[in-house]
Amino acid sequence: MTASAVLPETTSAVDVERIRADFPILRTQAHGHGLVYLDNAATAQKPRAVIDAIVRYYESANANIHRGVHYLSQLATEEFEAGRATVARFVKAAKASEIVFTRGTTEGINLVAQTWGRTHVRAGDEIVVTAMEHHSDIVPWQMLCEATGAKLRVAPMNDRGELIVEEFAKLLGARTKIVALAHVSNALGTINPVKKLAALAHAQGAIVVVDGAQAVPHLAVDVQDLDADFYSFSAHKMYGPTGIGALYGKMALLEAMPPYQGGGDMISSVTFEKTIYNKVPHKFEAGTPDMAGVAGLKAAIEYMNAIGVEKIAAHEHDLLEYATEAVRALERIRIIGTAAEKASVLSFTVDDVHPHDIGTILDQEGIAVRTGHHCAQPVMERYGIPATVRASFAVYNTRAEVDALVRGLRRVREVFA
Amino acid sequence: MAELRDLYQEVILEHSKAPRNYKEPAHTNHKAEGYNPLCGDRFTVYLEMDGETVRDIGFQGAGCAISKASASMMTQSVKGKTKAEAHKIFEQFHELVTGHSHDHAAELGKLAVFSGVSEFPVRVKCATLAWHTLEAALEGKQEKVSTE
Repeated sequence: MTASAVLPETTSAVDVERIRADFPILRTQAHGHGLVYLDNAATAQKPRAVIDAIVRYYESANANIHRGVHYLSQLATEEFEAGRATVARFVKAAKASEIVFTRGTTEGINLVAQTWGRTHVRAGDEIVVTAMEHHSDIVPWQMLCEATGAKLRVAPMNDRGELIVEEFAKLLGARTKIVALAHVSNALGTINPVKKLAALAHAQGAIVVVDGAQAVPHLAVDVQDLDADFYSFSAHKMYGPTGIGALYGKMALLEAMPPYQGGGDMISSVTFEKTIYNKVPHKFEAGTPDMAGVAGLKAAIEYMNAIGVEKIAAHEHDLLEYATEAVRALERIRIIGTAAEKASVLSFTVDDVHPHDIGTILDQEGIAVRTGHHCAQPVMERYGIPATVRASFAVYNTRAEVDALVRGLRRVREVFA
Repeated sequence: MAELRDLYQEVILEHSKAPRNYKEPAHTNHKAEGYNPLCGDRFTVYLEMDGETVRDIGFQGAGCAISKASASMMTQSVKGKTKAEAHKIFEQFHELVTGHSHDHAAELGKLAVFSGVSEFPVRVKCATLAWHTLEAALEGKQEKVSTE
């Protein structure tokens, strides 16, 4: 080894170079630099195994699922339902039928709001959300409030971006019907103590709806241990394809809920006088679903399992700690979100330089970060800032990429000197 | 390849740090608010109109270096101009920053420093936010201007 050789990343829990080779897009050159992709909280890149699974589905298994008597239809149905079983095992659901396929986290939350919500929430009832929610875990509940006359209550957080549990508990009462919260905040990276909060909510008779979009890619999730009533997440943030996601729901709740959309596949029989709905989960899956997407999601889960979710979490935690220290050491930078328990996300502002300008300068160095309000405007308001720069880490990121980010931030200072 | 210095020219950085006409003129009789929901940039443009002429102009708000510098230099370029002249300058400026035409770069004078924006398409909205807001103020529209 020569003196100038790059040292292997020995501190990490995973073999990063081998993992990087699995992701074709990481070979991209952006503005003449090797791509440094730190926008994983927006969407993660896809390994070859996921891309291949989608191609393989179309090349060898494509047919419409359920009720078809021919060979391919049976094959496609088996693969689709095998995907459901894989998702169920991944989040530790009691049964595969507790998994409803959706277009993503947002649709899962809307499904709960429009079905369970519309049938159980009345005027004067309350829905509790937290101050760190993504717009997709605010607006569906506001729509439900508007339709029913219920009231939205917001549990506050402290300056570190941690939910204030005592204040949260005070908001709960006999009127609370739904508690909706993120498992991990997309803007701050805070990990919420869902199990503890769910116990408090259940003690008041409320149901707990968890936005798991930013948690499933980074943590081992056990929906039964958390005692979540509903848990919604997206494939594309966990190395899977876009346009597909899953909603976990406790069977008793799913069975008592009316359907979401009407159409094919969600019925047992239809006459003009009366329609009998299909059983759970098909009752909630009207129309031809994204079968190729499910094949991709299944492959993504298998990919994560092959590495090991605990190892992914350990690697990302190492990167986040390393990046936090490095960025903190820079002058005139304020880290937004300093909770004790965090995953993947490093959000910050630079004094006197707007995040948009930082994003452009980093982009010229081949570094992809997100700048803006991250669909969490109330979070920005809480901190009195219009936007942040957000770097978010995935299993394929390296300490060398964090170093590139730090060099890029020094470049920002040079440009704005 | 787009060069960072083409975008962040000294004049632009200087105006972003020390914006001109950053005020609400005492005799404001037209104003409008502009907002870019993507990045949160928000400006108010104030006008003191004397008939068809911009007697005085100011702006306030928060945004990135490009949007702030653009607002600052805009106020300098349209002060004393008629409504029609201001419209024409915006038209030429818009063609410049979108890369459609550099024909009027000479007429635009100092504003020509924004030509580098055309190499950064996602930043065009930053450069034009204050101008869209000015248009709304000139037309006396009451509603908020949004770049979306």
